[in-house]
Amino acid sequence: METIQSDVVIIGAGGAGLRAAIALAETDPGLRIALLSKVYPMRSHTCAAEGGAAGVIKGDDSMDLHFGDTVGGGDWLCDQDAVEYFIDQAPKELTQLEHWGCPWSREKDGSVGVRPFGGMKIKRTWFAADKTGFHLLHTLFQTSLKYESIRRFDEVFTTDLIVADGRVQGCCAIEMRSGEMIQFQAPAVIICSGGAGRIFPFTTNGAIKTGDGMALAYRAGVPLKDMEFVQYHPTGLPSTGILLTEGCRGEGGVLRNKDGYRYLQDYGMGPETPLGEPVLKTMELGPRDRLSQAFWQEQKKGNTIPTKWGDCVYLDLRHLGEAKINERLPFVRDLAKSYSGVDMVTDMVPIRPVVHYMMGGIHTDINAATPLPGLFAAGECACVSINGANRLGSNSLTELLVFGRRAGESALAYVRGDSKPTVDTAEAGRQAAAAQARIQALFDRADGGETISGIRDEMQHTMEEGAGIYREEEPLKETTAKVASLRARQTGIALKDKSKVFNTELTAALELGSMLDVAEAVALSALNRKESRGSHQRLDYVDRDDKTYLKHSMAHYQGEEAPRIDYLDVVITKSQPGVRDYSGAKS
Amino acid sequence: MSERQITFEVLRYNPETDDKPWVQTYSVPCQEDWVVLDAINYIKDHLDTSLSYRWSCHMAVCGSCGMMVNGEPTLSCKAFLRDYKGSKIRVEPLSHFPIERDLVVVLDDFMGKLQSVKPYIIPKKEKPVEEGEYKQTPRQLKNFKQYTMCINCMLCYAACPQYGLNDDFIGPAALALTHRYNLDSRDGGRSQRQEVVAQHEGVWECSFVGACSEVCPKDVDPAGAIQQMKIASTVDWYLEHLMPWRAK
Amino acid sequence: MSRKPYVREVPKTTWYMRNGRYMRYMAREVTCVFLALYMAGLVIGLVRLMQGPEAWQSYLAGLSSPVAILFHLIAFGFACYHATSWFNVTPKAMRIPQGDGFVPGKTIVGAHYGLWGAASLVIIVLMGVL
Repeated sequence: METIQSDVVIIGAGGAGLRAAIALAETDPGLRIALLSKVYPMRSHTCAAEGGAAGVIKGDDSMDLHFGDTVGGGDWLCDQDAVEYFIDQAPKELTQLEHWGCPWSREKDGSVGVRPFGGMKIKRTWFAADKTGFHLLHTLFQTSLKYESIRRFDEVFTTDLIVADGRVQGCCAIEMRSGEMIQFQAPAVIICSGGAGRIFPFTTNGAIKTGDGMALAYRAGVPLKDMEFVQYHPTGLPSTGILLTEGCRGEGGVLRNKDGYRYLQDYGMGPETPLGEPVLKTMELGPRDRLSQAFWQEQKKGNTIPTKWGDCVYLDLRHLGEAKINERLPFVRDLAKSYSGVDMVTDMVPIRPVVHYMMGGIHTDINAATPLPGLFAAGECACVSINGANRLGSNSLTELLVFGRRAGESALAYVRGDSKPTVDTAEAGRQAAAAQARIQALFDRADGGETISGIRDEMQHTMEEGAGIYREEEPLKETTAKVASLRARQTGIALKDKSKVFNTELTAALELGSMLDVAEAVALSALNRKESRGSHQRLDYVDRDDKTYLKHSMAHYQGEEAPRIDYLDVVITKSQPGVRDYSGAKS
Repeated sequence: MSERQITFEVLRYNPETDDKPWVQTYSVPCQEDWVVLDAINYIKDHLDTSLSYRWSCHMAVCGSCGMMVNGEPTLSCKAFLRDYKGSKIRVEPLSHFPIERDLVVVLDDFMGKLQSVKPYIIPKKEKPVEEGEYKQTPRQLKNFKQYTMCINCMLCYAACPQYGLNDDFIGPAALALTHRYNLDSRDGGRSQRQEVVAQHEGVWECSFVGACSEVCPKDVDPAGAIQQMKIASTVDWYLEHLMPWRAK
Repeated sequence: MSRKPYVREVPKTTWYMRNGRYMRYMAREVTCVFLALYMAGLVIGLVRLMQGPEAWQSYLAGLSSPVAILFHLIAFGFACYHATSWFNVTPKAMRIPQGDGFVPGKTIVGAHYGLWGAASLVIIVLMGVL
């Protein structure tokens, strides 16, 4: 088995992973950095983010306002020290990206332009038309090519972390093109592997977002935090789950039900604002959780439009006119036209809420460090936590920059620190051999009549049923039990493809295992949280319960058993829990 | 929803068992609004789990799923079945690249070339982040914006006959990205990139077939970028020889 | 090592037969052969002119033969194809800033046709036809 020795291994080469790698390479050019990804960096799902990245830059904005919007948006489940750090670093990171060449949209005078987003008191979203994530990812990737110390391992699928002596000492991964196992020995590992939207049937997430990194850390004993908080984006295309950016509403798009009525005013987000004059934090610029929940209510009332892909409401952008749509939203116009056959210049687009983002993830502190020494995490796979119970739109791109860099810096401080962590190469070799044996065992498994796609479909279906926009005790119990049984049943999958080179049946089986572990943590955390907060809405516990649940859920892996859930206090520095107000009348 | 039975002829190649690629056919019950990728996913899920291919975003931005569909380089997630008449569709790995397995091709060559053109800002003058952003007017942005849209999907390389004949050619996408940075008002690195651009395997290998721009799913127009760079390189040459005192 | 990437050879001589796009490209390129032949004819004319009036007269006679006329018709047709196929791709090479955007491709192509027409007119006038 090939062995690669380095100082820091980064798993995942999307926005956060690339940012971490660049931070390491810039700070210490002598450092050996191994950047692993199961895809080529530019395929990472960061590229699908559309709307923008939040950072205070304009004179009428302030750090306090961004703080207030983020913490309120997160229904006070955010760790406020992390939020303060995040907001403080955000403008610097976005400017850094500008220096690296990101084609931010501009004002006439050449300064960076900002657009409004949902849940914001002031316009503060930096944007590159409606392909911000794409430009951010490619800017980072292309910039990373500058540094010789970043050694990339593209299409290398990590299967296990190497943990010895109570610390991380590397990881094992399959080089997909050869099918060979490689052991990566390093005293520090940063996980930046993205979210797990694929545990649900309708999602804006790409096929690669299967929670692999979350599962890696989880199985190595690091708790998954706040997993019950799953963000639905209110405007996805119903056929495919393709995202239509929040920028659509930021630019003035409105939501209508089957009667053409702007129903958001009935759900505490009114009064109705005039067409083409969006008011911040009001109506369509309310937060994502509220908008998605309003859809569900309208559906119950029978006010949605039945389509062949299920019930929908309309996103109406016609009043913006063709010129503005082409300038600000060219990509989503093309997406709606291609995938739904609707031109938003002349017609309303049928949309529905779709799973978009996991607020929860690998538990880290403000330094992006997990409780397992040597293991760090950043980006969507991590929960630091600045997103609380509902992420404010356009905070995630900034988050992966701020905490990607922070993870790099923390890892560097760790490997260069006084403890001088080393790798027990003999033990690492033993663990790698065991990991390889486990992969071989997958090939040798007897056919129990199960299929990857069959179990995946059942998992996605039950997650939507029990852990969707609104949740309740009984369906959640059923979902939890179902996912547990699916976890057991996956041993009945026999791999028909026995070859080594680019065996995507093998990787799909590994991804399914990760998704099932993550799904179980989501369902059980949701079942145990008997309150409604942000994106976690219980029909049987409709109120927020700060007395019992102003706490982070922590799911601890227990092998084949269901995870153990306990709680961790939320860090509050300056904002006591209050009422989330999204009615323009009072602001 | 109406269903349509379509026969997919898929080029298969398993290096461990095959000496050369061969065609396997699958009959797939397709929905009217599907794209080719949906049908391939159907094959993977229900007919043959051993079929290997790349895909992720299903919204034409990650660039993973480029394939030859009926001989044309295409993003399979944007190849709508409604646009293919008849009952047969042929799917092959992208032309001009070695086949790793089935529909997966080897991309090492491009990754190396991309790095060789220094696709990052080489500032005219370093400016600390604390001093804020570089000013760039919408006009200056527009100058290069089109060339930033490349998703590295490799359709242009699969379409380019020159790359097919001589894979030393730097090729459309990498050159378009070179042009993108050369045109950026924040950049001062053009002379450093010229070494690669102006060599024979750079812009001069291009004979302006224009196929790259025709197949580009993001309207990047690499052919245009390359012709513009040829003109700029020619101007350089004349300036250097007619006005040697201007040389650096 | 299980890897064994398979390289599909591109036929060196018949590659352009693979699709219509390449054929159109080859047509654009190959038509220049007729332009070259025409130019060669002109050069021969110059040589004949230097050789004296008799040589020149026989050259002119040669030009009026049916074969020569047929050749010129074909060459003219191909010259038109060659010129127009290049005119149509010029906007790619010429990106001229204008206001917030660029001069539209149609304008650039149109300008080429305009110049072509004007140049032809001047030549016709100089020849004394008009």
